[in-house]
Amino acid sequence: MNAEPTLELGDDVRSAIGRTAAPRTEVVTRRDIRKYSIATGQTERKYLDGDVAPAMFHLALFWDIVELDELMPDGVSVDTLLPKFPLEKAMAGGLELKYLKPIHPGDELTATRSLIDIYLKQGSKGPIIFYEVIMNVKDSNGDDVVWEKTTRLLR
Amino acid sequence: MRLSDIEVGVVLPSREFSCDNRQLFLYNAVLFNAHRIHYDYGYATEVEGYADLVLAGPLIGDWLHQCIDSWVGEHGRLLSMEYSNRFAAYVDEVLTGNGSVVAIDTENKTAEVDLRIENANGDVIAPGKATVQLHG
Repeated sequence: MNAEPTLELGDDVRSAIGRTAAPRTEVVTRRDIRKYSIATGQTERKYLDGDVAPAMFHLALFWDIVELDELMPDGVSVDTLLPKFPLEKAMAGGLELKYLKPIHPGDELTATRSLIDIYLKQGSKGPIIFYEVIMNVKDSNGDDVVWEKTTRLLR
Repeated sequence: MRLSDIEVGVVLPSREFSCDNRQLFLYNAVLFNAHRIHYDYGYATEVEGYADLVLAGPLIGDWLHQCIDSWVGEHGRLLSMEYSNRFAAYVDEVLTGNGSVVAIDTENKTAEVDLRIENANGDVIAPGKATVQLHG
């Protein structure tokens, strides 16, 4: 019986740890809050009217906007923060969020994303690559608004 | 509702969630998410092997937040949430959000709540944990 080849993370992958994307700034509009609230099925008037953003609104505000030629055949765009991984099948992931300040129309928010870790684990069906990205969202006064850590798995 | 009104073991009101293809379109349009598993049935089922059009993972995460929002209302605020997407959920599928209080910190006036979104088979699609701060 042949042993399965061992997967290792090369320097080209591991050297990406610590990489930070250029900060992105967006201005929150009532219209954007309303659209997000309707699309997520919110029931509270303050969200549906766009007076204040529901939790996770920042995810839509800072989702990558890419041009058509940057979309892959499956419709997903390449996240330039990430290195080229030896495994590419995306599996379930997790999110940790801290809510530090509410978001209102007119807020000017800046998000900074950093790749903080990449590691390998052996799963029952083979190796799994984990990577972790932190996003800090601050307002124009420099106050923390949302802190988010995403953990993604690749098989 | 005040912190003094609740205790460990208190069960949150159950919430039912479902997303038809109109809402699924709107959600991914709001995100600017072009992943074909959310709108291209042939691609989702034949190429990626899903049973139907797939709900976006963050939408399920949003519903966990709504379980907390419905319960807390104006009596407090959400401080933190963590969750993971374990299984795919599909368009028109009826999902249920449930939760219960697992810890109370009277000094900081916070409660920790375990949450889950389940499908009709009882599979936990997305487990989560939230910390909320309540008045009094």
